[in-house]
Amino acid sequence: MPIITSSKTQPEYDVAIVGSGAGGGQMAFTLTLGGLKCVMLEAGRNYDPATETPMFQTKAQGPLQASRTEDKPFGFYDATVDGGWQVPNEPYTQASDKPEEQFAWWRARMLGGRTNHWGRISLRNGPYDFKPKSRDGLGFDWPISYEDVADYYTKVEMLIGVYGTNTGMENTPSSPDGVLLPPPKGRASELVTQKYAKKVGVPVVPIHRAVLTKPLDWQNIPAKLHPGNAWAQKIVGDSMLQRAACFWATECGRGCSIRANYQSTTVHLPPALATGNLDIVPNAHVREITLGPDGKANGVIYIDKTTGQEARIKAKAVVLAASSGETVRILLNSKSNAFPDGLANRSGLVGKYLMDTIGTGVSGQVPLLENVPPHNEDGAGGSHFYAPWWLYGEQKAGRMDFPRGYHIEMGGSRGMPGGSNPLPDDLGRGAYGRKFKEEARRYYGSFVGYSCRGEMIPNEDCYCDLDPVVKDKWGIPVLRFHWKWAEHELKQVQHAQRTFVAMIEAMGGTVRSRLEADPLKYIENGGKIIHEVGGALMGEAAEKSVCNQWNQTWDVKNLFLCDGTPFPSNADKNPTLTIMALAWRAGDHLLEQARQGNL
Amino acid sequence: MTTAAALSAGAAVDLPSVSYGQVKQGAAKPYGTDPDLQKVYRPGDLWPLTFDARQIKAAGALADVILPADDLGPAASTLGVVDMLDEWVSAPYDTQQKDRPIILDGLAWIDAESRKRYQKDFADLPESGKTAICDVICDPAKADKEFRTAARFFSKFRALCAGAYYATPDGWKALGYVGNVALASFDGPPPEVLAQLGVEQTVV
Repeated sequence: MPIITSSKTQPEYDVAIVGSGAGGGQMAFTLTLGGLKCVMLEAGRNYDPATETPMFQTKAQGPLQASRTEDKPFGFYDATVDGGWQVPNEPYTQASDKPEEQFAWWRARMLGGRTNHWGRISLRNGPYDFKPKSRDGLGFDWPISYEDVADYYTKVEMLIGVYGTNTGMENTPSSPDGVLLPPPKGRASELVTQKYAKKVGVPVVPIHRAVLTKPLDWQNIPAKLHPGNAWAQKIVGDSMLQRAACFWATECGRGCSIRANYQSTTVHLPPALATGNLDIVPNAHVREITLGPDGKANGVIYIDKTTGQEARIKAKAVVLAASSGETVRILLNSKSNAFPDGLANRSGLVGKYLMDTIGTGVSGQVPLLENVPPHNEDGAGGSHFYAPWWLYGEQKAGRMDFPRGYHIEMGGSRGMPGGSNPLPDDLGRGAYGRKFKEEARRYYGSFVGYSCRGEMIPNEDCYCDLDPVVKDKWGIPVLRFHWKWAEHELKQVQHAQRTFVAMIEAMGGTVRSRLEADPLKYIENGGKIIHEVGGALMGEAAEKSVCNQWNQTWDVKNLFLCDGTPFPSNADKNPTLTIMALAWRAGDHLLEQARQGNL
Repeated sequence: MTTAAALSAGAAVDLPSVSYGQVKQGAAKPYGTDPDLQKVYRPGDLWPLTFDARQIKAAGALADVILPADDLGPAASTLGVVDMLDEWVSAPYDTQQKDRPIILDGLAWIDAESRKRYQKDFADLPESGKTAICDVICDPAKADKEFRTAARFFSKFRALCAGAYYATPDGWKALGYVGNVALASFDGPPPEVLAQLGVEQTVV
């Protein structure tokens, strides 16, 4: 089965999956290999990384040296199609006009969604991350523990391919032996950071990223993922065989035509399509989930963007994996007599407790890294090292003024040049001519940057609802965001800023970022890290949560939310791996329900 | 705050009445959110260029003073830098629209200054004349008050030239970038780099 248009859909499917990113891709994979007939609805166009990825294009070959523009906010070669902070015809609104209370919503209208351009950082939540409230009294515990998810993390890591090492650090789980792919060698700036950060107590270790540093073991992994199912093993093995290992060039954010990194379009969807159990309808902008007289979801109404016409899909179960924002919007727009405030919203909690990752950054210049002999450090197209949160002990001893933690992501600067000035005026001091070229060469590779990626506590002020006035091009009410950082987050970025300054100074470097005193001036706006989760939390009881531990809504048993919406907390670990692990777990549960005839 | 107030306060809303990636010049249209990423683009492919013959001449001469031919690489004008500058100032995006008057006014200023001093266009000056003018505007932090605007232009022009120059493979060589090639393995920095930095490879 194939990628089809609206007019070619089947009369009824077992499962309709809304969204084709990490959660939707994983559900399509799990359910179709489990034998269910699925249809996937994607609001954007079809997208084929094999033919569309600009792999070796130089910046001079793109317009404006491939610089960022309003049309391509992450640069011309960013994989994102028809997306960005604003999407034409699909507005969203803000409840406040204060700069620090804005929520920036990144969307990608394309098959595979945001997985096409993401950073591929794939960190497991640790045991503490599932029980945060039990540890510090804030936010919410998950109704599951690390042990409930550990095997699914392992399965996802084996399927998508994740490089890294087991560090044994606190609340930074190890993968079973042989699961992780070899970590790439450290780059110059990463090794220098590692050496000097130690002097200020920051441990820098290999990061985990979803990039193949060697080919996947296609002969043995499929049997571990699908024991006893030779048909599924064959399909998954064949798909793995078609993925090449990284050839150490081109940034992952462009996508990957050789399928060396994970994107839904190169890892989840090809085997799902090969089962013959999946139809994909691109350009399908979902408006609402329909409810049958039995109180179960029975399908989806969407706008076929190619014609502007409304269309319907019937299904025995529905999976929403459209991103936290879109999933909330669809639920709130699915009103009926049974659910006047939106589907699965008897608790009134749909849209509540929206979270993002706390972000801030400091950059510097390090004389030690000047005049380094030219060498190729493109590497794996993203970071090789990071610093996991390292101060659990201090926190336990009551010596920290904020809860939870952050990890540090880092960047050096021997990347592909172009589109920006390699010699800032204050360093060049008026240089032009040969002097300019010499100085540019001297400083190239000597700039470093450190980013805080931290855990915010869900709060009452961060949520989204439907705007009472504004509608999108198709007349569908749009989201309105409400956002307010709490003291916790502001304290955390202050700590991060101090830490980064100390790291840069320990390296003998100079801070280049302008250091503001007011943390509200340097904490990134909500949404900016593009880790939006929450909005339909999972919990122990129907009155206090939207989903149960299986990502299944309490109110509508055949409705599953398989993106970040069910997250009761947003650990500093990037959410994508956890979205996939939970989706696989939910998919297995859904398959079991189907086997028992409960759909 | 009401939605209407949020809207009127310029909230992040893209209503149909607000044109996306605003076109502020006659014929220049943005490339949109789904451009062909495989294609090789040349300045002028996406929107009409701006420079007239005199501006091309001045821009080329100044670009070559900033990035001349030497053992680190060819002169800027031979690498298409002037065309890339022209594409830049002609583009229908905010950043470029802000840069446009700085560059166009600056090119006019440098020819006028040159004629005032030497009765010749900037491009027709000997090296000594070119550097004499550049020396008074090359450092915005030190420029005399009367040359502040010109110094801001020089700073912007230098940055844009460098952004274009180093986007080319010749520019990579000049800077010391040796990537964008497929490798069988990634071995990390070579021993002489590790030795210079005083670090060891910690991933074995």
